Amino acid sequence: MAINRTLLGYGRFKRMGAVAAVLMGMTSAGAGAATAKDELVIGAVQFPGTFHPSIDAMATKGYILGMARRPFTTFDQDWKLICLLCTELPSLEKGTAVEVTRSDGTRAIDATFTIQPGATWGDGKPVTTRDVLFTWEVGRHPLSGVTNAQLFSKDIVGITAVDDKTFVVHWDKFRCGYDAINDLLVLPEHLERPVFETDPGQYRNRTLYDTDRTNPGLYFGPYRITRVEAGAYVVLEPNPTWWGEQPGFKRIVVRTVENTAAMEANLLSGEIDYVAGEVGLSIEQALAFEKRHGQRYNVVYKPGLFYEHIDLNLDNPILADVRVRRALLTAVDREAISRQLFGGKQSVAHTGVNPLDRFYSDDFTKYPFNQQAAVKLLEEAGWTELRDGIRQDASGRRLSLEFQSTAGNRTRELVQQVLQAQWRKIGVDVRINNQPARVLFGETMRERKFPAMAMFAWLSSPENIPRTILHSSMIPAADNGFSGQNYNGFRDAEADRIIDDLEVTCADDQAKPLWTRLQQIYAEKLPALPLYFRSDSYIMPPWLEGVRPTGHQYPSTLWVEQWRSK
Amino acid sequence: MLRFAAVRLLQAIVVLLIMSFLIYGLIGLMPGDPIDLMINADPNVTAADAARLRALYGLDQPIWERYLNWLTAALQGDFGYSRLFSRPVPEVLAPRLLNTLLLLGMSLVLSLMVAIPLGVFAARRPNTATDTAINLACFAGISVPPFWLALLFIILFAVVLGVLPAGGMAPVGGDGGLWERLPYLVMPVATLTLVSIGGYTRFVRAAVMEQLRQDYIRTARAKGVPERSVVWRHALRNAMIPVVTIVALGFGSLFSGALVTESMFAYLGMGKLIYDSILGNDYNIALVGLLLATLMTLAGNLLADLGYAALDPRITFTETRT
Repeated sequence: MAINRTLLGYGRFKRMGAVAAVLMGMTSAGAGAATAKDELVIGAVQFPGTFHPSIDAMATKGYILGMARRPFTTFDQDWKLICLLCTELPSLEKGTAVEVTRSDGTRAIDATFTIQPGATWGDGKPVTTRDVLFTWEVGRHPLSGVTNAQLFSKDIVGITAVDDKTFVVHWDKFRCGYDAINDLLVLPEHLERPVFETDPGQYRNRTLYDTDRTNPGLYFGPYRITRVEAGAYVVLEPNPTWWGEQPGFKRIVVRTVENTAAMEANLLSGEIDYVAGEVGLSIEQALAFEKRHGQRYNVVYKPGLFYEHIDLNLDNPILADVRVRRALLTAVDREAISRQLFGGKQSVAHTGVNPLDRFYSDDFTKYPFNQQAAVKLLEEAGWTELRDGIRQDASGRRLSLEFQSTAGNRTRELVQQVLQAQWRKIGVDVRINNQPARVLFGETMRERKFPAMAMFAWLSSPENIPRTILHSSMIPAADNGFSGQNYNGFRDAEADRIIDDLEVTCADDQAKPLWTRLQQIYAEKLPALPLYFRSDSYIMPPWLEGVRPTGHQYPSTLWVEQWRSK
Repeated sequence: MLRFAAVRLLQAIVVLLIMSFLIYGLIGLMPGDPIDLMINADPNVTAADAARLRALYGLDQPIWERYLNWLTAALQGDFGYSRLFSRPVPEVLAPRLLNTLLLLGMSLVLSLMVAIPLGVFAARRPNTATDTAINLACFAGISVPPFWLALLFIILFAVVLGVLPAGGMAPVGGDGGLWERLPYLVMPVATLTLVSIGGYTRFVRAAVMEQLRQDYIRTARAKGVPERSVVWRHALRNAMIPVVTIVALGFGSLFSGALVTESMFAYLGMGKLIYDSILGNDYNIALVGLLLATLMTLAGNLLADLGYAALDPRITFTETRT
C-alpha cells in the first residue's frame, strides 16, 4: 500500500490518470464491469491442454470440469468417500457388493452402482449405463490415449448393465476400494461414439471435448462451458438440465494468469475475484499477500495431501545406516522451518500419513529437534572424528551427502539452505545439486540416479495405500522397466505384508492396527525424512460463501452449486 | 537481382533443414518426456500406462526416426497435432502469431518513431546536458527489467488508477476486434517500447554522429545546403544502414514473441507458446514456432540487403568482373 500512496502523491501521475481515463471508455467489459456479484472470476495459473476428462492429467482441467460434470464417487471435504453421480456407495453389508470367485479361482468382488435418476446431459439426453459402458470401452482401447488405463484394462474386468441406470462393476480381485470409482469419468456415448469409432487412434485429437468444447451435451454438472478462449479464459453458465441444488452465479469465468505477481495485481484491480488453492498461489505468496492486503480478502489455508519429504537412497553406504538417517532428522528443526517460512500454516509431517486421514495414528516414534541427540547418533554410527567441521569415520571417509531438489522452486531452495546449515552444525557436509523438475523426475528419480537425498512432494488421495512408494516390488530398476516409485529402495518384509493385507482388509477395526504398524515401521526405519504437509491457500473475497477447500486432489468445485455471493 | 534472391532462397532452405534437425535433436535430448510429466501429475499412472502412452505418441522410437517421420509429414503440409493443446499445429500457431505480430509490430514502429528523432536530436548536440540526459534515459530503458516495468504499469494503471485492464487480450465475451483489444495492448506495447527505445536511440545517435563527421557533410554545409537537409536527407539516410541491420536482425523476434511481457500481461503470444511447448515436450509446436522465427530472421536479413540498395545507390546486386 505504501507504493500506491507514494505514486498517487505525484501530480504528474494524476494527470496521466486523467489521460488514461479517456482510454477507460474503451474497456467495455474490462476492468470495472467484469465483477458483478452474479459473476465470479477465478484466477488460475494454468490453462488446460485438453478438456477430455480422462486424457492427460492437469489440476486446472479437473478444477474446471468439477463445475461441469461429476465423478461417480469422490472424497468429500472431510475426506470421506461419497457418491456424487451415483445414489449410494455399494456395500458388502447391504448386499450391493458381493464377494465372488472368478472362473480362474480368483477371489474377487462385484459392486453395484446406480446413476442419479435426474442425471441428464446438457442437451437433454439422460446419463445412462450406455454411457458407462462406452466409457469403459474407450478406456480399455490401447489407442484411445486415456491416461489411467490400468483402471479400465486391469482393475475392472467387466461392467454389466442391469438397466438404464444400474450397472455392476466386476473388479479383478477382492479389494477394499471396491466402492470407489473416482476415475471412471463418464463420457456421452451419443456424441462421442461416432468420433471414437471413426478412428480410435485419432480419438484423442478429435474428441468433441477439444473440437466442440461448448457442446452442451458434453456436460451434466451445475454449470456448462459456454465459451473457451484457448489460453485465456473459460466461461461457465448454469446448466438448465442440472438435477441438484441450483447454482448461485449466472456466470463463472476461469481466467489464466500464469505470472503470480500479475495474478496478485489482477486480484487487487478487481479483474479477478478469487484465487483458488488448487490452481493458484503458493503458500508463501499467499502469506505475503495476506500481510499486505489481508484486510480485503479472506485467506484460507487448507492442509493437504502434498507430503513434502526427502527421499533417501538407501543403497548409499552412509544412508544405509538407520542411525545416520535418524540423526539427520533429529538435527532438523522442522517446527521452526514451518513457523519461519510458512507462518506455521504447514503442519510438520512425521510419516507419510496425514493427521487428517482417518487411519492416522499418533503411536509411533517421533524425532523432535535435538542437536545433541543427533551428534550422539552419528558417533554411535562411527562418525566420530571432526576435521574442518566435517565428520569422518575411522577410515577417513567424510560424512558428505549430495542433496537434490527441483531447481527454480524458491521455497524448496530456501528450505534446502536451512537444512544444509542445520546439518553442518552436527558435522554433515551437504552439497546442493538441483535439477529442473523434468530432469529430476524424468530421469534422476525414475532411474534412481540420485546419489543420496532428494526433496520433493508426493500427492496421494485419502486412505491411499502406499504400495507404489514402499513395497519392495516397486523399486524401479532396468529389469522392470523402471516401474514403481519406491525410489529409496526400501525393502522390509513386514511392510510388504502389511501393504498386501491392507488391500483386502476392509473392516476399519481390522485395518486400523495395520495402518498403525505401517506408520511405526516408517518412523523406525525412516526410508525418507518427513518434512511437512503442504497447505493450499485460497484467497477469497469476503462476499463469497460456500467454498469448502478439500485438501486433496479432488477439487472444491465439485460442490460449486453451494457457492453464493452475500 | 533474381539470381541473388534465388541463391538466398536456397541458403534459407538449407539453414531451415539444419535448424529443424538441431531443434528436434535438442528437444529430444532433454531428459524426460511428456509421459514423465503426466506421471508426475497423476499418481495413478502405472508403468504399463506409461509404456503404452509412449508407444501411442511414438516416443519409443529413436529420435532420428521420429525426426524423419515429422519431416516427411511436414513437407506434405501436415505439421501434426499439438500435444499440449490437442489441436492441429496451424490452428494453435496462427492466432498466436497474429497476436505477436500486432504487439511487437506496434512496439517496433513506436520505438523507431521515437528513437530516430531522439537519436538525431542527441547526435546534433553531443556532450551537452541534453545529450547526457537522453543517454541516461536510454541506459535506464536498456537496464530496466521488463517484468519490473510491466508490474509497475499494472500497479499504476490497473490497481491504483483502475483505468486499464491488468492483463488479457480482450474483454470476456467480447468479439476480440481490434478496437476492443486496444486498451489491453496499451501496457504491453508501452513496456516493450520503453525497453527497446534506448537501444535504438543509441544506435541512431552513434550512426548519425559518425556521418556528421564525414567530408561529404562538410562539403554540403560549405555549399550552403540547409542544416535540416544536411541532417535528415544526407546524414540520416547514410546512418540508417547500420540501423536497418539491427532492426533486420531483430525481425525474427517479431515472430518468436516476448516471453516476459506476454507472461506478465497474460498476453497470448508466440514467446509463451514456444517456451511452454519446449518445457512440455510439444515437439510439433516448438519446432514450427522456432523454424518460423528462423525463417523470419532470414527474411529480415534479405529485406535488409534490399534496403541497403534503396538507401545507398552504390550498392547493387549485379555481379561485376574486374
